[in-house]
Amino acid sequence: MKNDDCRTVRSRNPGTKGAHWHAPATEVRLFPDILHSAFFILHQAAAPPEGSLLMIPAAEFPSAATNACKLCTPLGACLAFKGVEGAIPFLHGSQGCATYIRRYLISHFREPMDIAASNFSEQSAVFGGGANLKTGLANVVRQYQPRLVGLATTCLSETIGEDVPLHLREFAETAAGPVPPVVHVSTASYRGTHMDGFNDAVRALVEAFAGTDTIVRSDESLSPAAVFPGMVSPSDLRELKRLGASMGIPFTLLPDYSETLDGPTWSDYEKLPAGGTSVSEIRRLSSAQMAIEFGRILAGAETTAGVVLERRHQVPLHRLGLPIGLRETDRFLQILSRARKDECRADVHSSGRSRCAERPNTTLCILPSGAGGLELPSDLALERGRLIDSWVDGHKYVFGKRAVVFGEEDLAVGLTSLLAEIGIVPVLVASGGKSGRFAGTLRAAIPELDARTAIRESADFSTIAHEARQLRPDLLVGNSKGYGLARELGIPLIRCGFPVHDRIGGQRLLHLGYAGAQQLFDRIVNALLEDKQTRSPVGYSYL
Amino acid sequence: MNSPAAASISILPDRRDSIARAGEAGNAVACDRGSLAGSVTQRACAFCGSRVVLYPIADALHLVHGPIGCAAYTWDIRGAQSSGPQLFRNSFSTDLQEMDVIYGGEKKLGRALRELIRRHQPKAAFVYSTCIVGLIGDDVSAVCRELSAEFSIPVIPVASEGFKGTKKDGYQAACDAAYRLVGTGDTRDISDRSINLLGDFNIAGESWIIRGYFERLGIQVVATLTGDGRVDDIRRCHGAKLNLVQCSGSMTSLAKRLERDHGIPFQRVSFFGIEDMSAALYGVATFFEDPLLREKTSELVREEIERLMPELREIRTALEGKKAAVYVGGAFKAFSLVRALRTIGMRTAIVGTQTGDRDDYDQLRAMCEPGTLIVDDSNPLELAKFCLEQDVDLFIGGVKERPIAYKLGIGFCDHNHERKEALAGYVGMLNFAREVYASVMSPVWNYTPRRALRLRTAPRENEE
Ligand code: SF4
Ligand code: SF4
Repeated sequence: MKNDDCRTVRSRNPGTKGAHWHAPATEVRLFPDILHSAFFILHQAAAPPEGSLLMIPAAEFPSAATNACKLCTPLGACLAFKGVEGAIPFLHGSQGCATYIRRYLISHFREPMDIAASNFSEQSAVFGGGANLKTGLANVVRQYQPRLVGLATTCLSETIGEDVPLHLREFAETAAGPVPPVVHVSTASYRGTHMDGFNDAVRALVEAFAGTDTIVRSDESLSPAAVFPGMVSPSDLRELKRLGASMGIPFTLLPDYSETLDGPTWSDYEKLPAGGTSVSEIRRLSSAQMAIEFGRILAGAETTAGVVLERRHQVPLHRLGLPIGLRETDRFLQILSRARKDECRADVHSSGRSRCAERPNTTLCILPSGAGGLELPSDLALERGRLIDSWVDGHKYVFGKRAVVFGEEDLAVGLTSLLAEIGIVPVLVASGGKSGRFAGTLRAAIPELDARTAIRESADFSTIAHEARQLRPDLLVGNSKGYGLARELGIPLIRCGFPVHDRIGGQRLLHLGYAGAQQLFDRIVNALLEDKQTRSPVGYSYL
Repeated sequence: MNSPAAASISILPDRRDSIARAGEAGNAVACDRGSLAGSVTQRACAFCGSRVVLYPIADALHLVHGPIGCAAYTWDIRGAQSSGPQLFRNSFSTDLQEMDVIYGGEKKLGRALRELIRRHQPKAAFVYSTCIVGLIGDDVSAVCRELSAEFSIPVIPVASEGFKGTKKDGYQAACDAAYRLVGTGDTRDISDRSINLLGDFNIAGESWIIRGYFERLGIQVVATLTGDGRVDDIRRCHGAKLNLVQCSGSMTSLAKRLERDHGIPFQRVSFFGIEDMSAALYGVATFFEDPLLREKTSELVREEIERLMPELREIRTALEGKKAAVYVGGAFKAFSLVRALRTIGMRTAIVGTQTGDRDDYDQLRAMCEPGTLIVDDSNPLELAKFCLEQDVDLFIGGVKERPIAYKLGIGFCDHNHERKEALAGYVGMLNFAREVYASVMSPVWNYTPRRALRLRTAPRENEE
């Protein structure tokens, strides 16, 4: 056996079994780059002004990505389309991309993930894929009878400059029978990350359908709020619906893959799993009482689903951070609470009777930093109270701990916000995304961040690892892709977001709302306690 | 079993000739053609094939030239292990951006290679072309030649543009690339009793298991291609006296070239299952024409089988008569699985592959029991339909097939490159049997709706 290149694992827990079979966890070797370190120290010394759009040349080796901290655009689009009832995602390009994406999504969600493709051959790559697209659509319609086809391009069809709208018109004109609507989103991977694909697909759905409802509705019932949750877990989606119901405001989530990607075992095969937001619900979004779009990074984007609703249909838009942690959840619920009060005032006006006075089931919560009060249904207020109580119980275990956070930009902003509010120091926040707004947004949103926090956008795991080694973090917060680094550093990884493919239950991880904050907090504290326990020579069973 | 869904799933007319039944007259299974547009094929692309084959070469740099996805989806997901360098487990990509696509990616490729070679000091570098690169027409070979000269290591282009075909075409491209190393190393200390293992990727340490058997028989294993592979071993593998080729699809072309250029004969083998593993060992013993070696081999085989049998027998009693569906990449694996399943008392009711050819399907038809469904390049809907119709108890496939099985309350065994369980060799047979047993016999199926329904409607045994 050769051990020439073998490195010892810097683990605090040597002699773990299987050490022989598992190679040292070093994903990337450290070749200290003097210049880079010097730059890094400089950067540490001088805190960037709050809210500045400080762009940091992150990549150590700028021409190659080593272990990307991002995925490609069509993956995000496919995921978004999975949240529409009866929809099947369809990739216009080679089958390989679809197969990889399917397998990647399955490893996280552990659910069927049928994604069709036009299966380009060499000929279609040279002469165009129009014929493939049309046959492909016909076949997929025949086999799946979908209510919607979510069509995303790949790098290949984008590069050869396919006229997809033309092909689609031709397809609709020549189709033998009725065909479902086809929503097209352009997703060239060399133009963004999976997050862009996701957001663009959501926007394409709204552009295609909102306001196209032909049925006149006479019911007076409260129109739902349009909620664009972003790329969150099925559990998160369910939590959002619960919060909406508790606040008395029905939500139309787009997308909603809470059932399609986290459903029960079947009694018979379901070609397309049940669940998802229906096309007619999307059509009716034009009359939503308001729109809420999560993601502080997304809030800086020019055209989004929310913006389309606002501009075209005058739906009031609230662009908020992902409701991760106490403060961001408070902000979200404040919007809902105000909306409810509006409704309540209208009540007072028309009936002369205030329902507010008859709301014994609400509690006024005092918000931090003099931000006023937040009226919540008592059960939610209790939940919030218990969260804070647990933070008090566990504060010493987390205070001053150093964390490295990585993942999609918006998720990273949310997670960092939670860490900061419980007293953890985010020493590095990194993302493979490159909105150009990452550092500015983080610093603007999270007052606790100071010179100790390095922020990297457009980062890969080689950069993250390189910096993390010098920062001596106590924990990593992010997806499974950080495991190698966690193992190398001998510190816990708090698995969040996507992908989680080295644990079961990625689809059930909860990040949002007070409940999500509670789960994250408990997991963080317990991971730190376990780490301490494992490393203790005494082995206390009472901490 | 009546399943409305099974009845409602229609087979696309253009796919009907890719499905046949053993024991029934009919045309050959149509195969070896591009996947039908719009079908959710379980196949991957040429790039995937190349990546699978070359990936385990542990001390080489593997750079994926293209946009990020192709590299990101293949980062450290395979179970191939190395006893030394871990360089191969990284995912390197040129991460092409829009400007590169417009103006060409050659410069970026050159820079990326330079940075990475300096940083990692690999023994060789492989540069994989993805779809885009084929399209924008980068002269990857020229860049590789330049870098090769600059660093004095082989920098080898892999023509693996995804759209050029299926995994099979990617295997070919990988063999072409690997073959550029062959014949450049020193072969002096190679013994007369020496072999190469081709087409074994050391998933979960399988190459080590197989190597162990041969070493016990006094046979030198010069190189494994590519499990726990090293550039220097591959360079001198032409010094071996015999090649064993596993996984027929992936490395046969390399074996043929070694035969043509270096006069090394090859034997097709499989290391899965008792029968095939033993046949492989005996084949080598026969080749070296040494009665003593033959005796030693029988001894090894006997010893190993004796060690397994008590537990295997128990498992067999429990599994007797249960039915399995097999859907894997290559046909050779399918043959082995049909036999291995028989060893544990199970019948193969459905067998299919992504890349089998005509001969493969003919052989499957001949070896399977009458009524067995045989299918080429299937898709989730078809597989679900067949599973319902044949009412199987187990599915053997890859991650993409797993949810189909689980949703229907069917056990599952992963037999793909991603698995972390060694299934080759005698010990692998035991692992396989245990895994199948663990999945088929789990009590959880009783709670899944489809099974619960079946339990309710089925006449209860012991009831008189
Ligand atoms: S070609 Fe583009 S779409 Fe396909 S896997 Fe690669 S990056 Fe993703
Ligand atoms: S089909 Fe092409 S673009 Fe897609 S994964 Fe394969 S090589 Fe990459």
